[in-house]
Amino acid sequence: MKRKVITFVIILVCFLLESTIFHNLKIATVSPNLLIIVTASFGFMKGKKTGMAVGFISGFFVDLFWGHLMGFNMLLYTVIGYLNGAFERLFYDDDIKLPIGLISASELVYGVITYAFMYMLRGDFNFDIYLSHIILPELVYTILVTLILYQIILHINKKLEAEEQRSASRFV
Amino acid sequence: MKIKNQSSLKNKYWLLILAVICVIVMGIETLAGGKGPLHFIANYTVIPMQKGISYAGMWMSDVSSNFATMEEMRKQNDNLQKKVDDLTIDNTRLRQEQYELDRLRELYKLDENYSDYDKIGAHVIANNGINWFSDFTIDKGSNDGVKVNCNVLAGSGLVGIVTEVGPHFAKVRSIIDDSSNVSAMVLSTSDTCILRGDLKLAEDGRIRFEKLPNNDNKIEVGEQIVTAHVSDRFVQGLFIGYISEIKTDASNLTRSGYITPAVDFSKLQEVLVITNTKEEMVSGKEAKKKENEKPEDKKEEKEQE
Repeated sequence: MKRKVITFVIILVCFLLESTIFHNLKIATVSPNLLIIVTASFGFMKGKKTGMAVGFISGFFVDLFWGHLMGFNMLLYTVIGYLNGAFERLFYDDDIKLPIGLISASELVYGVITYAFMYMLRGDFNFDIYLSHIILPELVYTILVTLILYQIILHINKKLEAEEQRSASRFV
Repeated sequence: MKIKNQSSLKNKYWLLILAVICVIVMGIETLAGGKGPLHFIANYTVIPMQKGISYAGMWMSDVSSNFATMEEMRKQNDNLQKKVDDLTIDNTRLRQEQYELDRLRELYKLDENYSDYDKIGAHVIANNGINWFSDFTIDKGSNDGVKVNCNVLAGSGLVGIVTEVGPHFAKVRSIIDDSSNVSAMVLSTSDTCILRGDLKLAEDGRIRFEKLPNNDNKIEVGEQIVTAHVSDRFVQGLFIGYISEIKTDASNLTRSGYITPAVDFSKLQEVLVITNTKEEMVSGKEAKKKENEKPEDKKEEKEQE
């Protein structure tokens, strides 16, 4: 229960930060995508189910406030959470390469799919311009933020896990 | 091994269920036209939080701007002083012209005056977190008289239009957004054109204009662009920006180019909302005319009530 509440609070805080403070910290007119970081990291830390749930909630927030079509980002984030969950077996706490790789891949997929469905289907085929002006800068900035935010999420997750183990051993 | 297979099967089902939910929501949203009950609930819960954080962010940026050096301040002060002098001269000249205009208006009995719109100020409390769109949320809503299709200004220039309204907030789509179209005109010649928001140009703060007729009127770089009289959503004569580039299209029938808007879209904090919409103004005027034409009918209606 405690884990669920804390996870939800993390999503909410990241969502609020993204729309308020990070908007003032824009670099090259893009802001980082914090919710992708949260979705992907919970996916490979806790598995497919958690990844899906976190992605679903994050996508829900995004659609509700920023999206143009309800449900689109929900589906996208859910699938991203699920796919990251498939890498749970390869995940170790100390390894930073896998998280960064997975988070960047998620971000890239997110950017390309958003372009494909929101712009290309409208007949806008300037993919290289969107790639160089939005997708790649957002990717770089997101990776930079990952270096900090991921450590925080990891730390919280470790604390929670330690606590869960303690209470489990008490009952046994 | 068996247990593992079961759990992964379960996960697949979960994914399928969630995906179906998402698709259903998309369908409902498309049919309902973007006004679901979910929007309503969330707007009451998250908007207040955004307000709080946004004020904190503003305070932080205020503090950081306090560290600007004295020298910069002095330079700025000098510049501003010069500007004040210039503007004072301009102002006296304009005032004289205003008197003249008033007199002429009285002569012509023009009852409409587009320059007096009711405005209210509002803070920008949240921006669109996705880099693909440029719209933002302000902290005034229907309780303060803001309606859908109200025009929004910042400083002297047009910023955008209200697309969604709640009791204490409103969503504004800026004119640089990819899906924004504004009909505008060149101030000096009254030739109309279409302003088309463009994501690629948005980051350099430029807007593209199209379909300016290629007639004998000479239009040069630096001319002012305002909202057109033909627009059905934007009130007439709002300043948008200056032409920064213009060229004749291949068809030789129209001209197109770029505009530098008067507003810096990357640093919006306070905006002004014009609380009367164009629709109201037009219909209000018609109602007035009708009243003047048939005063007796109106009286009868009132008696019946």
